[in-house]
Amino acid sequence: MTDDHEHYEAVVVGAGPGGAAAAAALARQGVETLVLERGVDAGSKNVSGGLIYAEESAPYTIDSLFPDFREAASERPVDDYYIHNVSGRDVKTFDLGRIHRHDTDWCDAVLRRKMDSWLAERVHELTRETGGGLLTEVRVNGLLRENGEIVGVTCDELDPITADLIVAADGVNSELARDAGLMDWDEPDDWFQGVKAVVEMEPDAIADRFGIDDDEGAAHLFSGDLFEGVRGGGFLYTNEDSLSVGTVFHLDSLAAERAEPHELLDALLTHPLLDQWLQGEYEEREYAAKLVPDSKKVAHPSPHRGRLLLVGDAAGQMQAQGPIIKGMNHAVTAGGLAAEAYADAKTRGDPSAAGELYEAKLNEEGVMDQLRPARYRATRSVSESDLLGTIGDAVIRSPIGAAGLKAFDGAIERAFNSPFLLGMVPDTRFSYVTLPTRIGEVLGEPVTGDNDVEPPDLADRIGDLTYDVGEPHIELVDNSFEASGTAVTACPVSAVGFGGGCYREETVRTNGSEERLVSLDTQPCVECGTCAIVADTEWEHPAGGKGVEYEQG
Amino acid sequence: MYTVVLTKGVPDFREGKVSFDEDGHLERGKTPTVMNPNDELALRAALQGKVRHGGTVSLLSMGPPGYTDVLRQGMEEVYADDLYLLSDREMAAADTWATAMTVTTGISRLEPTPDLVVAGFKTADGETGHTGPQTNWCHHMNDALPDRTLVTHVVSLDVDPDAGTLRAKRLVKGDVTEVETVETDLPAFVVTDPEFEASYPKADHRLRYKDLREETKRRAEDPEAVLTVWNHEDLNLDPDFIGLDGSPTIVAGVDPIPKGPDEREATHVSPDDGAGMETVLEELQPFAGGD
Ligand SMILES: Cc1cc2nc3c(=O)[nH]c(=O)nc-3n(C[C@H](O)[C@H](O)[C@H](O)COP(=O)(O)OP(=O)(O)OC[C@H]3O[C@@H](n4cnc5c(N)ncnc54)[C@H](O)[C@@H]3O)c2cc1C
Ligand code: SF4
Repeated sequence: MTDDHEHYEAVVVGAGPGGAAAAAALARQGVETLVLERGVDAGSKNVSGGLIYAEESAPYTIDSLFPDFREAASERPVDDYYIHNVSGRDVKTFDLGRIHRHDTDWCDAVLRRKMDSWLAERVHELTRETGGGLLTEVRVNGLLRENGEIVGVTCDELDPITADLIVAADGVNSELARDAGLMDWDEPDDWFQGVKAVVEMEPDAIADRFGIDDDEGAAHLFSGDLFEGVRGGGFLYTNEDSLSVGTVFHLDSLAAERAEPHELLDALLTHPLLDQWLQGEYEEREYAAKLVPDSKKVAHPSPHRGRLLLVGDAAGQMQAQGPIIKGMNHAVTAGGLAAEAYADAKTRGDPSAAGELYEAKLNEEGVMDQLRPARYRATRSVSESDLLGTIGDAVIRSPIGAAGLKAFDGAIERAFNSPFLLGMVPDTRFSYVTLPTRIGEVLGEPVTGDNDVEPPDLADRIGDLTYDVGEPHIELVDNSFEASGTAVTACPVSAVGFGGGCYREETVRTNGSEERLVSLDTQPCVECGTCAIVADTEWEHPAGGKGVEYEQG
Repeated sequence: MYTVVLTKGVPDFREGKVSFDEDGHLERGKTPTVMNPNDELALRAALQGKVRHGGTVSLLSMGPPGYTDVLRQGMEEVYADDLYLLSDREMAAADTWATAMTVTTGISRLEPTPDLVVAGFKTADGETGHTGPQTNWCHHMNDALPDRTLVTHVVSLDVDPDAGTLRAKRLVKGDVTEVETVETDLPAFVVTDPEFEASYPKADHRLRYKDLREETKRRAEDPEAVLTVWNHEDLNLDPDFIGLDGSPTIVAGVDPIPKGPDEREATHVSPDDGAGMETVLEELQPFAGGD
């Protein structure tokens, strides 16, 4: 009987930007709100690149909900924004300042442990006043149902809890979204995989090497032929006393190319272009990885079921606008709108209408159109076909194509700066690899100098992470190489021929026949979510407080 | 519900903190004093009761004035509403018996009479595990105190202050595999086992736990404000029955654990070498237990 259960008016699952925003907005409406976060600390499980945008058109921004945010929780404001098109040593750099500033009130670099734990403290203060509060080290493991209706949540560490509103802000690989049947984890092309290194750098060196002041920051993006043809790109952002350098790739492409994510990251870190900033020094503070949903494909048009509302990555609300990645800001907006929808529904005397109202608000505020641009849907069917890719390839490779590129140099930079065009960038090798490579080749200048930094190997990277190992949280259902072999390369902490990672390939000979199998050890897992998609697994998050603990994020 | 927790300062035996001289004797002066690690579990048991049922938790210790810091540590790291220190030269160098006598008298001065006394298992320096049970035994000799049921090796605890009962899971003979559940009336005396775990299955518990931790951390910034110090006169204790004079234990000597010899002889035997392995077995046989 649910009467016996502990009850809160609202339960928010996850204390990332989406959960923090929802909880703060609910608390401000006087709603008794309990926030449950599985990490030892909010942010200890989270990774982003991380540029957080405050969009002028957004109904909620992180600083509108948390006024001291920029002062206390972010790293540097980022105004400079460049993309480097790379072909071997040839590089053509475009200034993407215009697209970066389009609809942008401000944009700051962030590190998630610092950001999320600061947010969590504010959220706890706000929600405690309502009779709720924020708890860490609690993993919600499913939805509580009564007569088929969702009425609350169940947890590893606590007795079941009922609530009138459940906000699932539990990020990518949301167990609640899956439990509700709103999201599945089947298609690799619905996701990106992000991998990142936080690299130490004194503020003086940052000032010197990037030509910026202490209160300024820079962003550099990389695309072209440095990633073995895998569709995606790299980024470098300046923090207060470190750099965030990472890569984001389409998971289907990463899987198909059987590429090793840590090697692709190293390809970026060791490219001669980066020598101007690293200058032979390299001290890695942290290696991290996480899946990123592609809103164009998975942003749920109707992200609610009964009392359950999905916000942020859990609802697939992560927008890749060409090279610009906007997830945190949309999670904040969605969190705010979910809270607003609940308050409106209550005023109307029908709290159960919250989901419908939330969906309506996402549409009215233009959020859905940003996440799933109609232009993309219109161009997708043609542009993603191989035919167009091949023709595009041929044209761009021809002398005419090269002449065209030269003739339109300025126009290309302008095209990169067009939000309208970026909204339709098709997910093809052509747009991610061929075009930027050709731009680098035809228009670029060679970089001089060598980059001789040596990033740590995978064993050291894993060894430097903090783990409090719990029970294995992933079960390999089918250990045949056909079903799960992709994980050996796609898992960011595994690699072919490396025994210290999660996935390992094994050849087993029995009575003369030979079998290719895969084995799994979850000890070094960073919970990125990749093998939930590319391997045949029963995938869950570890229990509260268990598993990897990021210091930077 | 009033709970008092007993604690003691011990040398910090953690790597990097503890200091030994050449003969392997502990260098007290160079080794910091910390709260006995097992007592932290006793405090956790008391805090669990406070979280679930409210009430007051006092932390009490006997020792030199410097132990205020040990009490502050307990308050900061776990919880305490107030602190009591029994401190006096006459109390110095007490064995477990004289300590139990003194501590019992201290408890008898607390207002109101505690419903529950909780002690940790062995201290890290004495390793006897006597003080808790002896303190409970001394209750029999103190007219101001009620007799209490003693429950030792407690791994989980549930107090029902309204019914005036306590239910505990305890290890039988200190064995982790054998656990029994016992129930008794309050007032009682509990000794927590190193395996003790507090449990908070309700969100409300955990939120209150967080509140109390915040509150006690603030209080720990000024421990003097909640500290009461009693000397032997305050407690009306006869110096002949406390401290060194009141201690029947005679320490005849302390032998440091001998270090391994610097030079040792080794013979390498391959597991494939049958005869060699026989010799190894013969060599080992005298050290094997059983028949
Ligand atoms: C490499 C990389 C680069 C990125 N770059 C950017 C960028 O530059 N800009 C940008 O805006 N976005 C970026 N993103 C995306 C961004 O990180 C996400 O979109 C954003 O974090 C989503 O926020 P959220 O609140 O929905 O989820 P999250 O931030 O993932 O938070 C989810 C929270 O829920 C908790 N949780 C999960 N399951 C449970 C459970 N069962 N019980 C309890 N708690 C649970 C988690 O521990 C976590 O704290 C990047 C992502 C990656 C991986
Ligand atoms: S085991 Fe799976 S979830 Fe863990 S790091 Fe590897 S791919 Fe990611």
